[in-house]
Amino acid sequence: MLNNFVMPDLYPAAPEIFLLLMSFVVLFVDLILGATHRWMAALLTVITLIGCAAITLVTSDGQTTLTFSNMFVDDLLSDFLKLMTYLAVIMMLVYSRQYMADRGLDKGEFYLLVLYATLGMMVMISAANFLTMYLGLELMSLSLYGLVAIDRDSTRGTEAAMKYFVLGALASGLLLYGMSMIYGATGSLEIGGIAQALYHGQAEKPVLVFGLVFLVAGVAFKLGLVPFHMWIPDVYHGAPTAVTMFIGSAPKLAAFAMALRLLVYALFGLAVDWQKMLLIMAVLSIGLGNLAAIAQTNIKRMLAYSAISHMGYMVLGLMSGVVGGQVDAFTAVNAYSSALYYTVAYVLMSLGAFGMVLLLSRAGYEAENLEDFKGLNKRSPWFAAMMLIIMFSMAGIPFFIGFFAKFAVLLAAIKAGYTAVAVIAVMFSLVGAFYYLRVVKLMYFDTPVDSAPITAGIDLRVLLSLNALAVAAFGLFPDAVMMVCTTTLMRSL
Amino acid sequence: MNSQLLSLAIWVPILGAVPVFWVGSERRTLVRWLSLAVAVAGFLITIPLYTGFDATLSGMQFVEQAPWITRFNAQYLLGIDGISMPFILLNSLITVLVVLAGWEVIEDKQAQYMGAFLVMSGLMNGIFCSLDGLLFYVFFEASLIPMYIIIGAWGGPNRVYAAFKFFLYTLLGSLLMLVALIWLFLESGGSFNILDWHQLRLGMAPQILIFIAFLVSFAVKVPMWPVHTWLPDAHVEAPTGGSVVLASIALKLGAYGFVRFSLPIVPDASHQLAPLMIALSLIAVIYIGFVALVQTDMKKLIAYSSISHMGFVTLGFFLFNQIGVEGALVQMISHGFVAGAMFLCVGVMYDRMHSRQIADYGGVVNTMPKFAALFVFFAMANSGLPATSGFVGEFMVILGAIKFNFWVGFAAAITLILGAAYTLWMVKRVVFGAVGNAHVAELKDIGSREFLVLGVLAVCVLAMGLYPFPFTEVMHASVDNLLKHVAVSKL
Repeated sequence: MLNNFVMPDLYPAAPEIFLLLMSFVVLFVDLILGATHRWMAALLTVITLIGCAAITLVTSDGQTTLTFSNMFVDDLLSDFLKLMTYLAVIMMLVYSRQYMADRGLDKGEFYLLVLYATLGMMVMISAANFLTMYLGLELMSLSLYGLVAIDRDSTRGTEAAMKYFVLGALASGLLLYGMSMIYGATGSLEIGGIAQALYHGQAEKPVLVFGLVFLVAGVAFKLGLVPFHMWIPDVYHGAPTAVTMFIGSAPKLAAFAMALRLLVYALFGLAVDWQKMLLIMAVLSIGLGNLAAIAQTNIKRMLAYSAISHMGYMVLGLMSGVVGGQVDAFTAVNAYSSALYYTVAYVLMSLGAFGMVLLLSRAGYEAENLEDFKGLNKRSPWFAAMMLIIMFSMAGIPFFIGFFAKFAVLLAAIKAGYTAVAVIAVMFSLVGAFYYLRVVKLMYFDTPVDSAPITAGIDLRVLLSLNALAVAAFGLFPDAVMMVCTTTLMRSL
Repeated sequence: MNSQLLSLAIWVPILGAVPVFWVGSERRTLVRWLSLAVAVAGFLITIPLYTGFDATLSGMQFVEQAPWITRFNAQYLLGIDGISMPFILLNSLITVLVVLAGWEVIEDKQAQYMGAFLVMSGLMNGIFCSLDGLLFYVFFEASLIPMYIIIGAWGGPNRVYAAFKFFLYTLLGSLLMLVALIWLFLESGGSFNILDWHQLRLGMAPQILIFIAFLVSFAVKVPMWPVHTWLPDAHVEAPTGGSVVLASIALKLGAYGFVRFSLPIVPDASHQLAPLMIALSLIAVIYIGFVALVQTDMKKLIAYSSISHMGFVTLGFFLFNQIGVEGALVQMISHGFVAGAMFLCVGVMYDRMHSRQIADYGGVVNTMPKFAALFVFFAMANSGLPATSGFVGEFMVILGAIKFNFWVGFAAAITLILGAAYTLWMVKRVVFGAVGNAHVAELKDIGSREFLVLGVLAVCVLAMGLYPFPFTEVMHASVDNLLKHVAVSKL
């Protein structure tokens, strides 16, 4: 048997392998140095991610390479999404350093779980087989469940982790069931193989569509689309803010990759069917997310509902790739790249918004209520301006990146003939503007209730400023990021 | 003609606001002089736009073109014609006056106040120069941000409500316009150039839909009856400077949109729906005129008077004759001077008495003679007295309306009576008569700074009333071209 064993090409998976090896180093270093040198683990984690980025950059040749018996793919899309993921995770680590230290939560487990969750995302992003996808998803999800509960003494955190775990397990079950159906119909677990089978029309349609429903449900759960969104507000609210920031940023990139790999790469032949499902979920998410966010007094919950609506907009781009069953390469690239652009823009804004919550928090105090933003302009005009940029960007007001993201998605939707849907979407963004404006109102029009000085460290301040200024700069000059997204998809589809 | 003047007109005030924010409100003197310097520089930049303007050409001048978003073929495309040029000058002048008007009265966060107005000024210049649909939209919506902050942070007791109403009302309109812009982009085969859209052939059904999308957006901004209700709230609650910028410039954006977008892009729908537009305009002119009569708050009265005057503007546009359209444009500029001046006058009194109620005043002339003279002059202009700018525009629009249909002209002419009634009655109660109460008796007349601000506007109003030729001359060729274009069916 051993004679048949062929050593797989490890080169395309070099970043994943490096991260895995480094995670052992982090583990041992943390074990040996212990609590006194916690900063070593943090530093090593960041170095690991920077190393991953370097490896990804160096090995990126723009070619699509399959390895591990066609289970793992390295293409331009995976390189781009991975780089964005490293960036988001590094930013999260810098943002959360002081917050976690103040609460005694910066244990070695935190850094390890973050690394493993990142590894899971990388595997999801590079999955070329349903099993690889599932493995990556589970690795990410299990690490995230642990992270939500990292504050052992917090009942709210434990409850959130429990809820996340139970619902997440259910969603994984649905996903697996859908995968097995599709395997039954096409006889393949490989993304390329399934696409081939669909193309040749060898598969039985009813079974396929049946499986597709479960698959879409699993994807929708990870994206947090209505009606699979129930976990989002509770988990965002219950988790420590740094973990909320983590859940609200990088995993969205991985979920986007999952949606793209499963629905577009594998099941493009069924586009007409999943388009309708995504359409309904997108409209419901945009509607419910924006309406429910108005009623929130806790900014983490507000951002959770806002995340639901943002993912709805993103999916609007994802479903606009096929017009009336006709496949047109230009329309498809246009639509999928608008969704990719939306995801990247959202991650940037989301990091900034949670960064603001971390900025205002201090030892023994969680600044997670909207009230805490009252009169911020008096306390710190600079950071009030930064939050203003992020809020208006999320509301989709120009000149900020959020506007161009919405614009690209709406353009794709109208191009695909969904003009009425686009009108509904913009009307709900009007509703959404209300709660973002309310944050600006609290900062600029009200007098502060909390006059404690902002104690956040210089690292957080600088990063937050850069983050918000990037939201503005990429809004004034949106061309570069848009072109990167378009080129990436054009070369990877 | 290949200059960067338009870019300078946009970005000098916006970038000039950065050092103003940076200096901070603690160093008040520095902030004031710095803001004034930026505003004056912004105004000086726009003067060559008038002196270098070739009034014989109907096309775009001072054109600047650069790629902006290549993926959507959106360009940084600027240019002005005789229709847009006067508004850039008006905007830049008003900004200087607003900075001067906020010199002493704004005590809280003055740097942010001044900076917000400078940013606003640059963004509004951007709206008037953009020849790219997406660029126009971006400026159009971005200008909501500083105004929202101005109303909400320095406004009156009900400022939060007014700021939200202002923002959401206007956003509602512009979002529908965004959908229409994207639709036009796709229909024109991937161009955001407004001038390309002018040539685009469209069927009747899409024309009607696009017209309605634009109408919602611009009607809210103008504002036209029945979507005008945000304006009285915003005006009453906004600080004086905010009211001035709203009345003088922001309202013009909606009317400008009709001339730049609705009429030339969808001419057939414009003709088809002209009766509706004329009816809405006349309702604004007459009904809102009556509403103004019963107001007890001076700012509210002037706000309603603004709506009524803007009704004249929309009326003039949809008459489709030269004198009507030119009259409407003259009325826009004149209203920019007069309404701005009226709000400044109310501001002067409010700074002293902290009341806008007509009933709290009476006999102001006895204690503030210089101010009273100017106030009465602007009131005369507001009611359309000949030899003031207010008369020229109204007279031209009424002439155009009579040319179009006698009864439309007749109905429009009622405003001459109504306008005089509500304005002069207010002036009578506030300015004339015996000194109303002890507070009025203690009033101090205007200082040289206030006199300068009002004096500049008075000169403009008078000059435009006596000799409107320099104003109509520049717009003549462009209006002619517009009407010729609109007369040709696109079906």
